[in-house]
Amino acid sequence: MISGHLLSVADLSKEQALGLLATAKELAVITDGPNKKLPTLRGKSVVNLFFEDSTRTRISFETAAKRLSADVINFSAKGSSVSKGESLKDTAQTLQAMGADAVVIRHGSSGAAKRLADTKWISAAIINAGDGTHEHPTQALLDAYTIKEHLRGDNLDLSGLKVVIVGDILHSRVARSNVLLLTKLGASVTLVAPPTLLPVGVGDWPVQVSYSLDELLPECDVVMMLRIQLERMQDSFFPTEREYSRRYGLNSQRLSKLKSTAIVMHPGPMNRGLEISAESADDIKSVVIDQVKNGVSIRMAVLYELLGGVSLNPSGEGSNK
Amino acid sequence: MILNNARTASGKSISIEIKNGVIKDVSDTNIDGGVDVGAKLILPGLVDLHTHLREPGKEDAETVETGSRAATIGGYTAISAMANTNPVADTAGVVEQVYRLGKSAGLCEVKPIGAVTKGLNGQQLAELGAMADSIAQVRIFSDDGKCVSDPLLMRRALEYVKTFNGVIAQHAQDPKLTVNAQMNEGSVSARIGLVGWPAVAEEAIIARDILLADHVGSRLHICHVTTAGGVALIKWAKERGIQVTAEVTPHHLLLTDELVENYDPIYKVNPPLRTEKDVWALREALASGIIDIVATDHAPHPSEDKDCEWQAAAFGMVGLETSLSVVVKAMIETKLMDWQLLVDAMSTKPAQIAGYDQQGRGIEKGAPANFILVDPVAKWQVRRDRLNSKSKNTPFEGMELPALITDVYFNGVQTVNNGALTGNRAGE
Repeated sequence: MISGHLLSVADLSKEQALGLLATAKELAVITDGPNKKLPTLRGKSVVNLFFEDSTRTRISFETAAKRLSADVINFSAKGSSVSKGESLKDTAQTLQAMGADAVVIRHGSSGAAKRLADTKWISAAIINAGDGTHEHPTQALLDAYTIKEHLRGDNLDLSGLKVVIVGDILHSRVARSNVLLLTKLGASVTLVAPPTLLPVGVGDWPVQVSYSLDELLPECDVVMMLRIQLERMQDSFFPTEREYSRRYGLNSQRLSKLKSTAIVMHPGPMNRGLEISAESADDIKSVVIDQVKNGVSIRMAVLYELLGGVSLNPSGEGSNK
Repeated sequence: MILNNARTASGKSISIEIKNGVIKDVSDTNIDGGVDVGAKLILPGLVDLHTHLREPGKEDAETVETGSRAATIGGYTAISAMANTNPVADTAGVVEQVYRLGKSAGLCEVKPIGAVTKGLNGQQLAELGAMADSIAQVRIFSDDGKCVSDPLLMRRALEYVKTFNGVIAQHAQDPKLTVNAQMNEGSVSARIGLVGWPAVAEEAIIARDILLADHVGSRLHICHVTTAGGVALIKWAKERGIQVTAEVTPHHLLLTDELVENYDPIYKVNPPLRTEKDVWALREALASGIIDIVATDHAPHPSEDKDCEWQAAAFGMVGLETSLSVVVKAMIETKLMDWQLLVDAMSTKPAQIAGYDQQGRGIEKGAPANFILVDPVAKWQVRRDRLNSKSKNTPFEGMELPALITDVYFNGVQTVNNGALTGNRAGE
């Protein structure tokens, strides 16, 4: 069980992470049935506080909360008091006054979720839905869940699996959360990127680093492609889209080098033709749609554990350690 | 007034007599009719070459009056008001205004620093000569907060101030290497996802300016050095006789970038907190004289500028009231320095660099009576709500620090008694 907040994968023990995956699995079984809705969080209110546009993540959280019967309030910074210069503190205090039980926050500032949790601005459970270039814990959890579903059984961690994460590691909260979580669960992770898109200090991370994708492909079990922001090109992180795509993109030729059991992942939204070709995105190895589906189960599990307070699997790996 | 039984930085027991704002006599034995100060340390008043007083323009953060109070409580008898006010201190008018505000506060000398470039824009020289000739007699020029990054403009500024023995105090930060920079670039920034402020952005400017100062034979002062690499460059320059001086802040002598981990903007400062290795390099450099002086970079900000998320927060920390104790903790408790070296770094040498002839003169007959009494064994706890500065953004909240300043004398007037402001002010 987790309690309090979900701010960073770094705060989770391996048992807590596996517990969340197990809870998500149980919830997925229930919501795959004829009645998708559980009464668990009736009367609780969940605020989606999104300072950055992210329709995908927001509707995933919204769906998760609604399936647990919580009331959902969507607070988008655009067109709100925030765009008129209201501070994060004042926004938080407003939500506190309105009685929010959980706040799902997406913010452009690294550490924004942690600040909400650490200050006395608001007492709600804080769920980090992406903070700047820091972390996106539920994305890593849904990725781990997806990997486990495809490549591992129910009671196993990810030991022995080789995961390659390709792209803009420097600016990626998805990469930071995945590095922490996948290695915690036993996978070995290799980051592939041009050196301009790797942080100085990456040497301290529990990963291998490579500049060359091709030699890793035949060995790996999972290849995770990250979205490339086109504005990075203007800042000379790489010369052109074409060159990036040629050196680091997943095309059909590279796809053919993968093991038959390997899976292709992408957190979305994809730039088809840039970091991933259309054939790769639509290939049978691609589990992108599963990731989206599993995202709802994971977010249900997080809300369930933080707001419901009852473990679904008290004797199993989900118990609090 | 007579004070008996004081101990100098070198350990000598002395008594002094003060008359008309001057130390009239210094004696090895008690003088009749004196007050026994209980073997406290007597040190010359501290001199700060890097103080943000925020007036004019940001009086909600600090004023010359409140900054003077903070300085006085911190043992400073002279402070240097940085130019990044609004309007910028880039004309004789603004520096004279700040100078007069300091005079009327009457708690310590307030010496304005002039901007190097007009509006701190880095495009065109400000009227350096007019500021030098004004009643404020500006000798230090700095665009602090911004780097004079244009090498040609920096060269011209270094040359131009030679006529009045001025010095350019450079905030060494290559702007292109630090776009949106939030903290030291390294292991911690990689982990917590904040944009890095690499050491090389500081060191590249230090290296360039050292070479420029050498080429044109001018004096250069490097503000707030924070990196081991910067120390190595300054050492190299000094060995070649280049006229470079450098300062380090108390916070860079004690704190590291690990503190940023929780995203509390109280630790957001420019230049940023660096690594343990840098902290030790700075300490050793200060002890050996490679870094000449301690300067506070006292940077007050109103609470809303720190009570927010990291990126929205302002850079800077207040430092005047904790400076001496932090230096004692970092330098004397570690046995890297003794009290005499501390006096050199916090009073004598800053006064020399800036040409403040009423300051840093030591406890000697005929010197202006600018001195402080310190209880070196007392400990005290930093409490933000007890700070005299208008702003409370101290990174040392709750920390227990050594050495307590009990008394301060400015031009013979006792401005601090028993650790509290007396309300006395020195007149014209």
